[in-house]
Amino acid sequence: MIVPSVVGHSVSRKDGIGKATGAARYADDLVFPGMLHGRTIRTTIPHGRIRSIRFDFDTAGFTIVDCHDVPGKNIVALIADDQPFLIETEVRHRAEPILLLAHQDKEALHAARVVIEYEEATPVFDPEQSSQLFKALAIVKGNAEAALAEADVVVEGTYRTGHQEHIYIEPNGVIAVPEDGGITIHGSLQCPFYAKKALHSLLGERHPVRIVQTETGGGFGGKEEYPSILAGHAALLALKSGRPVKIIYDRVEDMVATTKRHPAIIRHRTGVMRDGRLVAMHVDVLLDGGAYVTLSPVVLSRGCIHAAGAYRCDNIQIQGRVVFTNTPPNGAFRGFGAPQTEFAVEVHMDRIAEALGMDPVALRRINALRPGDTTATGQLLGEDSSAHQVLEEAVRRTDFVRKRDAYRGTNRAIGLALFYHGAGFTGSGERFLKSKARLVLTATGVTIATGSTDIGQGTRTMHAQIVSDALGIPYDSVAVAQPDTALVADSGPTVASRTCMVVGKILEECAHEMKTQLGGLSPTEYHERHGAFTVERMYQPPDWIQWDDETCRGDAYATYGWGCDVAELEVDPDTFEVRPVRLTAVQEFGRPIHPALARGQIEGGTVQGLGYALLERVVMRNGAMANAQLTNYTIPTTLDTPEIDVVMMRNPYSGGPFGAKGLGELPMDGPAPAVVNALRHLGFDIREIPATPELLATAPTWSATKLPV
Amino acid sequence: MMNFILNGASTTVSAPPMARLLDVLREECGLTGTKEGCGEGECGACTVLVDGAPVCSCLVPVAQVAGTEVRTIEGLRGEHPLQQLFMDEVGAQCGICTPGMILTAMTLGPAPTLDEVRTALAGNLCRCTGYSAIYRAVLKWRGMEPAS
Repeated sequence: MIVPSVVGHSVSRKDGIGKATGAARYADDLVFPGMLHGRTIRTTIPHGRIRSIRFDFDTAGFTIVDCHDVPGKNIVALIADDQPFLIETEVRHRAEPILLLAHQDKEALHAARVVIEYEEATPVFDPEQSSQLFKALAIVKGNAEAALAEADVVVEGTYRTGHQEHIYIEPNGVIAVPEDGGITIHGSLQCPFYAKKALHSLLGERHPVRIVQTETGGGFGGKEEYPSILAGHAALLALKSGRPVKIIYDRVEDMVATTKRHPAIIRHRTGVMRDGRLVAMHVDVLLDGGAYVTLSPVVLSRGCIHAAGAYRCDNIQIQGRVVFTNTPPNGAFRGFGAPQTEFAVEVHMDRIAEALGMDPVALRRINALRPGDTTATGQLLGEDSSAHQVLEEAVRRTDFVRKRDAYRGTNRAIGLALFYHGAGFTGSGERFLKSKARLVLTATGVTIATGSTDIGQGTRTMHAQIVSDALGIPYDSVAVAQPDTALVADSGPTVASRTCMVVGKILEECAHEMKTQLGGLSPTEYHERHGAFTVERMYQPPDWIQWDDETCRGDAYATYGWGCDVAELEVDPDTFEVRPVRLTAVQEFGRPIHPALARGQIEGGTVQGLGYALLERVVMRNGAMANAQLTNYTIPTTLDTPEIDVVMMRNPYSGGPFGAKGLGELPMDGPAPAVVNALRHLGFDIREIPATPELLATAPTWSATKLPV
Repeated sequence: MMNFILNGASTTVSAPPMARLLDVLREECGLTGTKEGCGEGECGACTVLVDGAPVCSCLVPVAQVAGTEVRTIEGLRGEHPLQQLFMDEVGAQCGICTPGMILTAMTLGPAPTLDEVRTALAGNLCRCTGYSAIYRAVLKWRGMEPAS
C-alpha cells in the first residue's frame, strides 16, 4: 500500500472540531463532585515582614492553608531553591502568596476578609540600583577593547525594553483532585513534568502526583514555570480538605501575580571601519529578574548569546547580569531574552548606518553571518545559516530601497530588522534533559505518548504528521495521547522552539525503529498476530555539539532559524499615533511540517512583537502592575494589526525531522526593531519600547533630510 | 425564575437577576463553550448573541435577557460552516477566543470587505493568530478572496 506523504501539507488537524463547537474542555470547564473553589491571599507591600494575620470572617466551612501545612519542602523546585509556595514571614514582592482559602461557594470565598499587618522595609525597584546579583556571565571572543581603540568610528547607545505580559486569553487555572492517596492535577499548562517535579518536592514522598494537561488557552511561556506554583496551591488545599479544589485566576490576578518578560537595559559600544565592517562589539545586558530566580539565569544566557545579532565580528565582549528587585518574578516568555537583546542590536545597527552615512541594508550585507563564519560564542556556522537569503528576499519583496527613498518627507516610513533564533535548549541543555518519546502500537495504528503539550501551536498535528510519514502509515491511524504524566514519556518541557525539532526528531526515530520491528506488516496486522508493543527512545543531540557552560564558548544551539522583518507604517503628525501599514516577515526555519500552522506561528508571533513594539506597556507602581486590566494594558486588536506578508524560506536542517528546525520563538524577535527602525526613518530617535505616542512626542527628532537613502 | 430562549429552546433559570449571563450559561445551563477571558468586556471571549447581536456575556446581568433569544456556540451544533473553516484555516489555535470570534463573525453581512471584517471583530481579542487566519476563514465563508 502506498501511503501519501503528509509532511509539508496542511492536513486536517488532530484537534478535531471541539474548539469551534465549544466542546473542547479547558480547566475552568471541568467540574468534580464535591469540588471547592480556591483563592490566594497575597501580600500588599513590596518588601518587609508579616507581623500578624487576622481572619475577619467566620472560618466555618473554609479550608485554610498556610506554610505550616506543607508536607514536604516549601520551595518551588526549579533552578535555585529560593521561592516558597507560601511565604513564612519575609515579603519580597507584592502579590506574593501567603495563605490559601477554599470554600464550596465562590461568593463566600471572595467575601472572606483577611487582615494582614506588616513591618515594611525599603524596596529596590530599579535594577541599576540592585546590589543582589542572580547571575552574571561573559561571552568573550577576540579582544573588543583593543579593537574599539583601532576602529574608525565608535557608536554607543543605550536601549531599554519594558515588561511584557503574556495575555494568553485563558488565564491560569488548575484543579487538584485527591486520588489514590495522592493528588492529580488537571491544569492549563505547558510543562506537565515541571509541575510534577515541583509538586513531588512540595508534597513529599507519601503523596504520588499525577499531572494531566487540559486543553490550554495559550501559553507563550507564561504557562511554563508559573503553573507549578498554582498547582502546588490547589494541591495543598485539596490535601487538607480531602476534596477537589479548583483555582482559576481572574485577569487582574493573572496580570498582577504571574511572570512577565524581563525588562532590559542594554548598552552597546561598537567599533566600525568607514567601509562598514564591524570590528568590535561590546554589549552590556542588564535584566530585571524580580524577586526570585525562577528561570532568569537561562533567560540571561539566551539573551546574551543573541546580543551581538546575526553578525560576524572578530572581537566581541558581551557581559550580562540579571538582578533582584522587589517586584513579582519575571520568567519565560516567547523568545526568552532574545527579543530584548535583538531589539537593541538591530536599532543600534541602524544608528551605526546613520553614523557612517550608509544604507542600513548595505551595512547588513557587509556584516551578516555566512556559513563558515563564527558567532559570538565561537560556533562555526554551517550551510543551515540563511541571514543573507532572508535579508535579500525581504529587501526585494518589499521594494525596500525604492520605498526608503520615496517615503522621505512624508509621514510614511519603512524599516527592517535582521535576526536569528537558536532552536532547542542552549548548549548542553538537551544533553542534560535526556528527553524521551514513546510510540505505542495499537489495534488501529499507533499512539504518540509524550509530555509535549499542544497549547494552540499544533503539537498534536505536527507530531502525528512526522510519525505518519516516518512509519509509512496513514495519518488517520496516528493518535496522540493527552499529556498525562502517568501515561506518557517525559519529552521535556514545551518551550525553547524544541517541540518540532527535538521531540519531533525522537518521534521520527521511534517510528523508524517501530517500522523495522513491524517487518513490513501494517500496525493492525502486526497487532493481530503478535499484540501491542511500545518503542521509546531518548534524544541524542548531534555529536559535534561542544559547549562549555563556564566560559559560554562553543556550539550554543544545534541550529538557528533566520528572519528579516520589514515594517511599513505611518505616524499621525498631531497625535503621534503609529499606524502599521504592512509587515513583511521572511523566515527560514528549515521547512514547515504543516504550512498553515507554521504560518500561524509567524503571523501570531509577529503581532505579539508588534504589540511589544508599540502598545504593551506595563506600568509598575510601588512594585506591582498598576494597569492590570485589558482596558489599559492593550494588546493588538484587529484594528491595530496590519496585513502580514509571510514568506517561509526553505533550508532543510539535517538534524531535524524532515529538515525542520524550531520556529515558535523566531517571529517574536524581529517586529520591535523593524518598527523602531521605521520610526527612525521618520526622524524619531527612539531607543526604547513600547514606542507609545507619549514617547514619540518627547523623543529627540532629527531632520529627515539627513537620512541616508 | 426567568425565561428566555436559549439556542432555540425555551429555558427557565433560577439564578439571581444580577448574576452575570456568562455564569448562568456556564454553571446553571452547563454550556461551557462560552469562555471568560477578562471579565470586563475587553476580550470578547464570552461573546454570545442576544437577539442576533453580539454582546459580552460577562457584562450582562441575566435579568436583561429575559424574553430574548440567546445563542451560544453550542447552538450552532457544529453545523455552521465557519466552525470547520476556523479549524482548517487555523483561525483557531488555542481555541479559547474561537467561540466568541465565530459568533461575532456570524453577524457579518453577505459580502464583507476585509475592513468590515476587521471592524466587526475589533472587540474580540486573539493572542495566537495575529488575526490573519481568522480573516481567511471568514472571507472564505463569505466566498470572498482573502487579501493575500
